[in-house]
Amino acid sequence: MKKHWYDYLWILSLTYLVLGFFNILFAWLGLLCFFIPLLISVFRGTKGYCNRYCGRGQLFELLGGRLGLSRRKDIPGWMKSKGFRYGFLIFFFVMFFQMLWNTWLVFEGARDLRQVVTLLWTFKLPWNWAYHGTLFHDGVAQFAFGFYSVMLTSTVLGLVTMVLFKPRSWCVYCPMGTMTQLICKAKYKEK
Amino acid sequence: MEVKKRKKRKAFVDAAACVACGCCVKVCPLGAISVFRGIRAEIDQEKCVGCGKCAKECPASVIRVQEVGI
Repeated sequence: MKKHWYDYLWILSLTYLVLGFFNILFAWLGLLCFFIPLLISVFRGTKGYCNRYCGRGQLFELLGGRLGLSRRKDIPGWMKSKGFRYGFLIFFFVMFFQMLWNTWLVFEGARDLRQVVTLLWTFKLPWNWAYHGTLFHDGVAQFAFGFYSVMLTSTVLGLVTMVLFKPRSWCVYCPMGTMTQLICKAKYKEK
Repeated sequence: MEVKKRKKRKAFVDAAACVACGCCVKVCPLGAISVFRGIRAEIDQEKCVGCGKCAKECPASVIRVQEVGI
């Protein structure tokens, strides 16, 4: 099958993860992975992002598929149930808003900047080597730490399910995927 | 001479459980699969030869290859 330019977007996803180890402010770029799929689903009514452009999906496909780092077993039934998918989306939302709240506190000066990346919403990893100060407000950096935590956490979860089940198992419960599918369903009903 | 008639095999999607990720679309060698409006994968039964690549790839394992009567 012919390769397209968008088949190489996994390089960007990988670069993004690596950049976060050097300068946390690059984490802001991750917003693209939030807005592009949403905009595509809202305006075009498709999951074009998942279907074509998602670099993370491609990365899992590459590691789990081509490099064989996957058992290639069926994902358990409960993990593909609507209850789990929607539940995980809500959980993700709650955690995301908590992160935004923490960012806001730093902007307000109610809290100091914490140079920490929180993995799996629990483990606080010191990450001070990736921050060298900015011209911007500390809140800008706090958001970067928080957002990178979200991205790293979801990557780790994706890697674990990649190894246990099929390469792109993450796609089954990816909150962005679930959300864009819901938007597409709502748009289809509209018509 | 007796001609042995093979039963045809086709892929079927459990539409309600499909997450519309499009992994199946990418692996289908015949371009027989498309994602319908970001909701579910659809298989063009005319084009499908039942090779099973999509079923193997599907991260939710919601595609089955079944024999169909002619």
